[in-house]
Amino acid sequence: MTYIAKPKFQHPGLPKNDLGYTHRDYEGKVSTLCAGCGHDSITASIIEACYELSIEPHRVAKISGIGCSSKTPDYFLGNSHGFNSVHGRMPSVLTGANLANRDLIYLGVSGDGDSASIGFGQFAHSIRRAVNMTYIVENNGVYGLTKGQFSATADRGSKSKKGVMNTDNAIDLVAIALQLGASFVARSFSGDKSQLVPLIAAAIRHRGAAFIDVISPCIAFNNHAGSTKSFDYVREHNDAVNRLDVLTGRDPITVEYAPGTVQVVEQHDGTRLALRKIDADYDANDRLAAMTFLQKHAAKGQVVTGLLYVDPDAEDLHAHLDTVETPLNTLEAKDLCPGSAALEKINASLR
Amino acid sequence: MSVQSPISSVNDFVVRFANVNGSGSASANELFARSILRHGVPVSPRNIFPSNIQGLPTWYEVRVTEAGHLGARGGVDLMVAMNPQTWDKDVASIEPGGYLFYDSTKPMPTSKFRSDITVIGVPLTAITNSTYTDPRQRQLFKNIIYLGALCALLDLDPKLVEQLIGEQYKGKEKLLSSNVHALHLGRDWALQNLKCPIGLQVKKSDKVGERIFIEGNSAAALGAVYGGATVCAWYPITPSSSVAEAFTSHCKKLRHDPATGKAKYAIVQGEDELASIGIVIGASWNGARAFTATSGPGISLMTEFIGLSYFAEIPAVIMNIQRAGPSTGMPTRTQQCDIIACAYASHGDTKHVLLFPEDPAEAFEFAAQSFDLAERLQTMIFLMLDLDIGMNHRLCRPLKWDDARQYDRGKVMTAEMLDEPGRDFGRYLDVDGDGIPYRTYPGTHPTKGSFFTRGTSRDRYARYSEEGAIYADNMQRLVRKFETAQDMVPRPLQANAAKPTKYGVIYFGSTSPAMDEAIGLLESRGHQLDRMRIRAFPFHSSVASFIADHDFVYVVEQNRDGQLRQLIVNENDIDPVRLVPILHYDGTPITARFIANAIGDHQDHLKVTPLRKAVS
Repeated sequence: MTYIAKPKFQHPGLPKNDLGYTHRDYEGKVSTLCAGCGHDSITASIIEACYELSIEPHRVAKISGIGCSSKTPDYFLGNSHGFNSVHGRMPSVLTGANLANRDLIYLGVSGDGDSASIGFGQFAHSIRRAVNMTYIVENNGVYGLTKGQFSATADRGSKSKKGVMNTDNAIDLVAIALQLGASFVARSFSGDKSQLVPLIAAAIRHRGAAFIDVISPCIAFNNHAGSTKSFDYVREHNDAVNRLDVLTGRDPITVEYAPGTVQVVEQHDGTRLALRKIDADYDANDRLAAMTFLQKHAAKGQVVTGLLYVDPDAEDLHAHLDTVETPLNTLEAKDLCPGSAALEKINASLR
Repeated sequence: MSVQSPISSVNDFVVRFANVNGSGSASANELFARSILRHGVPVSPRNIFPSNIQGLPTWYEVRVTEAGHLGARGGVDLMVAMNPQTWDKDVASIEPGGYLFYDSTKPMPTSKFRSDITVIGVPLTAITNSTYTDPRQRQLFKNIIYLGALCALLDLDPKLVEQLIGEQYKGKEKLLSSNVHALHLGRDWALQNLKCPIGLQVKKSDKVGERIFIEGNSAAALGAVYGGATVCAWYPITPSSSVAEAFTSHCKKLRHDPATGKAKYAIVQGEDELASIGIVIGASWNGARAFTATSGPGISLMTEFIGLSYFAEIPAVIMNIQRAGPSTGMPTRTQQCDIIACAYASHGDTKHVLLFPEDPAEAFEFAAQSFDLAERLQTMIFLMLDLDIGMNHRLCRPLKWDDARQYDRGKVMTAEMLDEPGRDFGRYLDVDGDGIPYRTYPGTHPTKGSFFTRGTSRDRYARYSEEGAIYADNMQRLVRKFETAQDMVPRPLQANAAKPTKYGVIYFGSTSPAMDEAIGLLESRGHQLDRMRIRAFPFHSSVASFIADHDFVYVVEQNRDGQLRQLIVNENDIDPVRLVPILHYDGTPITARFIANAIGDHQDHLKVTPLRKAVS
């Protein structure tokens, strides 16, 4: 978190998206994370995804908890409202914000300490409630701000920087998200921008609970030989299940689905996802298969990345609550107050 | 056979029903209370129930009070003893000369009665079993049969009771006729076999007037509907759950878009209290009116978020229906014991606005007002009810609403305002000198007005800062804002004694009806007291003035440690010796008798103790 604002100067020749915004319009303040931190790469991917989707930056609400990851919303979308809440409680604050105004885009940024320990319950319940959000966990398996304690996603048998062996089992947030009914589940690696950017873009377009676990090595405390969240380890064990492109509704394409080529997924809002299937047997619409696939590869020590599951017909919490289309925060007394005549009837019924 | 003259009283007595939890007696007992109301005679009923699902004792007390005393009186004139488990205790609680009503199918030995009471036996089980074969019917209709017998014994008009049953089972003819039949079974048996009526009688009167009969929790929930709350997040906890349940029920009737049928509200049962208040804060941050309802243990869990609300200046409303603490305490017993916990909730230096309604009508008004206050002050507002108001029906004035009233959304800067030439937006700038800054809703403007909300220290432009001077400046502004709140919250109400006096009494919330009655009892003992009912924290300046104007001021409250007294002393820098605590904290509602005895004894003591005289 920083107070250092970037210079507002923009090169007139910078490319612009459909709304006339440049990359600079999606940036925030200068990062104060360690040089080389994976989280900064994720920040760059968020910026890229929002630029490519031509989102109005101020129509995004970025909400986080506490920790290194939760500082990052200060580093992107500087014209958006941000909320750095309390440790592990980002999901509830985001849920409330979403209920108040269904028209904004909600980006929840969290960490492995934030979501897998103190906020494990809130993570789980926001997923099962189908809050329309993009929930990104910047997962480095370690507590960076407090200098190197294991988090709940650290693999059993991995070592801390001080050489201490982790004897606890790891929580796999992707597996949990699948089990809880997330309608968009992906995993990626902060160092794989070509995979991560379209995943974030697709998650933003998805209407429902979209969860992305991003392995993001901590350069200071978890990037050593004994770590299973280091750059080297993840690169060596990364098994990409697919590559994803996001095609907007403005440019529709028709693709014949066949193993080894591309699978087009129609999303709720008409946006289409094109899955380039590396594994001919992988079906991103099959939740049960995704759970099995994940567990099978985890047993082999492989980190499966890519879009693991998407429900193209997903509904969100507002649909479940059957709320009005008008954002609740814009309703006024004339919309909300039943008035004195109704109160007189109530009084009469209470005598 | 009684050796004491039986109590003889018209429209002024206490009936207590001793039942077994889960026996289905609640609706029959409430029907009894409503029947008396229909005679134009005020009643004050109270549920006294255990913290369990089934099998343990439960009591329902109805104070019949033509004089309109709505506090608990203490003592029982007629005990309807339907629970063998509590027999001894129930019999012991009857006033000398009182009455014991029981199921005489298997007569009790005379050793189980008292010589100074009148025993009325009705073979309820025998009558029920001879009429019904279904076990559930036997259980439920037994309650209506004893209600019928009481009609005869107390001289209630059966037509009025039938009318109520008709309203209750409107459109369900089978249920209606079977209940009326059971009512007559009991009444007819009593008329044929007992001396009716007894000394306790209900005569028609006109003392109820336009007043309504409603639970505090339901009224508070209705206040939230009228106050414009659109988001409610809650987690079940006694005695607050019925707030959210009533809000849900009211919204279903009153808050659907007529064109689409869609809901103009969102209600989420959170996974816990932490999530519930988090949802409320997120919604309020984003410009919706949001609230949660909870009790003491929930407040404990919410305190981290409450601190965030205070420091980050996010509006929110918590309805705290207090119960006996600490810890799990007595979940189904009443107290006013969260005053300090709420006033200073969370770590660091915090102060929160508390509202203390005295009855359901004020619970409605204050609930609606709490959303204006929360947005106006951009802070957490606590509506402090307790189980005694929240879960009991009370007679109160009709609820009123001014259709011209608009919601006060506080200082919100719009896109147009942000575009005004020379306009400077700093999220924590004190533009008007009242300590209240302007905020913007997310999504307001493409390039102006966005800011980062955080619980860490920041400057007036919401930029992260750990500079000591900047932090202190912010904390001082928050003090200014709290001072501003003094004139925005409901003021204390003051009433002077008939004669000039050196003594005063301060009280608040659900103590109010008992205090009203206690003042009369004290006057009859020759004690004159000016009184002040506090309705909010921060305290208005008149509280300190009131204390300054009297030699001694009694502070009556329902907790062990005199929490309101502590708060008054702390916030007004008052010598604690001048505030005499009158404390009631056994979990039962405070009574007029208790207050009058405690204050009266102290006053008598003052008159005979030279040292005390010297101090005064």
